[in-house]
Amino acid sequence: MERTTLDLWVGAFVVGGIVALAILAFKVGNLSSYNVSESYRLKASFTNIGGLKPTASVRSAGVLIGRVTEIKLNPEHYEAEVTMSIDKRYQFPKDTLISILTSGLLGEQYIGLKPGAEDEMLKNGEMIKQSRSAVVLEDLISQVVANKAEGVK
Amino acid sequence: MPLARSIKHIGHRTINAVWRVGMSTRFFVLILLNSGLSFRRFQLTVKELFFTGVMSLIIILVAGLFVGVVLGLQGYETLKSYGSESALGTLVALSLVRELGPVLAALLFASRAGSAMTAEIGLMKATEQIAAMEMMAVNPIARVVAPRFWAGVISMPILAAMFSAIGVFGGYLVGVVFIGVDEGSFWSQMQGAVDFKHDILNGVLKSFVFGVAVTVIALFEGFDAPPTAEGVSGATTRTVVQSSVVVLLLDVVLTAIMFRGV
Amino acid sequence: MSSQPLVEIRDVNFSYDGRPVLKGINMTFHKGKVIAIMGGSGCGKTTLFRLIGGALKPTKGQIIIDGQVMHELDEQGLYAMRRKMGVLFQFGALFTDMSVYDNVAFQMREHTDLPEEMIHDLVMMKLHAVGLRGTHALMPAELSGGMARRVALARTVALDPMLILYDEPFAGLDPISLTAIGNSIRRLNNALGATSVVVTHDVQESLKIVDYIYFIADGIIVAEGTPAEIQASDKPFVHQFVHGEMDGPVPFQYPCRDYNQDLGVNA
Repeated sequence: MERTTLDLWVGAFVVGGIVALAILAFKVGNLSSYNVSESYRLKASFTNIGGLKPTASVRSAGVLIGRVTEIKLNPEHYEAEVTMSIDKRYQFPKDTLISILTSGLLGEQYIGLKPGAEDEMLKNGEMIKQSRSAVVLEDLISQVVANKAEGVK
Repeated sequence: MPLARSIKHIGHRTINAVWRVGMSTRFFVLILLNSGLSFRRFQLTVKELFFTGVMSLIIILVAGLFVGVVLGLQGYETLKSYGSESALGTLVALSLVRELGPVLAALLFASRAGSAMTAEIGLMKATEQIAAMEMMAVNPIARVVAPRFWAGVISMPILAAMFSAIGVFGGYLVGVVFIGVDEGSFWSQMQGAVDFKHDILNGVLKSFVFGVAVTVIALFEGFDAPPTAEGVSGATTRTVVQSSVVVLLLDVVLTAIMFRGV
Repeated sequence: MSSQPLVEIRDVNFSYDGRPVLKGINMTFHKGKVIAIMGGSGCGKTTLFRLIGGALKPTKGQIIIDGQVMHELDEQGLYAMRRKMGVLFQFGALFTDMSVYDNVAFQMREHTDLPEEMIHDLVMMKLHAVGLRGTHALMPAELSGGMARRVALARTVALDPMLILYDEPFAGLDPISLTAIGNSIRRLNNALGATSVVVTHDVQESLKIVDYIYFIADGIIVAEGTPAEIQASDKPFVHQFVHGEMDGPVPFQYPCRDYNQDLGVNA
């Protein structure tokens, strides 16, 4: 085979591989929402995080604005401490309500931010005061069962 | 003494297996030590890239498309009963990027390019081409084996990425175009679930490891093949069987390391 | 024997897995000569060949080429020595994935920095010497056995070696190719001022072209001499070999039990 034809094919092959990887990264994966702009960190603690995992999405009004970066248990209060990285373009007031939500009945869990009314904004590394824990299905069911039992009485 | 004989047989097989593992590891190190030429005269590697990579393209693309189509069909049937058809994109993309892309591409690569490598090197040995090269003061590991190794290692992630990409397209074709799942939720759910570092880069890393394993096995079997017709055909069979088993085994190990505890 | 020796083989022993193949071989190859090493199949010719090429190490004794002891060379030294040697393998061993031209150019490209135009001229000269300039664009698979052997010969002498080894160069060739190869061996040796060693069992062809012959049987040299001496020899082994008699010192039957016993006949 002619050397130039060989080079052409192999070159096309490598370019094709890079294109495939780019498709995977931007169209299939989330690289397009990755590090597009600077981010800052926020923290929050929950009594129960349910099935929340690192890399879970952080949304406000349904818009993806960041991701969970770290989850650990605070050994003093025995509360889950969640660290998130949030797009710098979006600033939130101090009295923002943070809650763990579920997409659909059995879907993935994510974090929702509901902004408050205060003028002062949350700073990098700051802790969000108001949090609402995950709804654990078992708790919900036992609650319903208990209510019913009370109703019977 | 049939018992003594079968114990002896097991012992022989074990020693042989351990010997082969040791020899192929040594061979692998030898390849790495003699890799200078593959990059100094990159044209050698480019030529092998054509034979291992470009020539494997068609089978990889066709298989990838079909696997994606089947995932789309089967996934839709299953997800429908939970009313979460919109998660079809997630299902197709995650299965392909994390597992099926790297693993199936590696298995196809082993039987398409790996067996060819073994047969070629085995025949070069049987026809004394390797010995001739040695007598011409040219190191056959550097001149023949290492360029093939690097070509395989470079091709494998590229082929796996192509497999996954066209597979996702196959899933899209079935899910969105034919069945009519909502296009927006197909892509957005997928993008929400597939993480670049965690899923895609780990998939690439997997295929890289598979590429190393398959090419080392293929080249070792070729280099080690007895210089006869049966020797070469036996080595070719062993390449396909061993690399398939090793790929599946490594996949278990890598999956356990990469996707556990998250 | 006036010229100085290029290769000296001194009391070389070699055993495979404890089975002796060569037992105390002494040979001297002088510069400019064509030497034949002959013997029946499986007598250790090829082993001797590989010892000279440095692919094997002798169990005892030494092989001295151009003043250097082969088995004492390190890998670099061995490779440097091999650059001065050319080896023609039994079936040519052409690289099947390269054209005839690239095969002949192989060593020039690997070992020299010659510009491509000069390599082109050299390749054409080498191919012309074996009469196959017209085949330069063909692949080895498109050549006949005899032609492949001649291309391999051109490749062997590509870097003008001082020592050329031929492993069964006449095996499986038609009479025309046989003569062509035989003549080329002699001519190239004279033209290059090299020393050639031909391992063969083709008596008639080699008697025509060589200067000196060694006979090996059972790992020892049983006879040696110039072609004239060999042809006149009355040693039974040499006589049997040169005239191709079926039975003699080398028996037709492989050592075995009594025939009657094997057939189950009670004598």
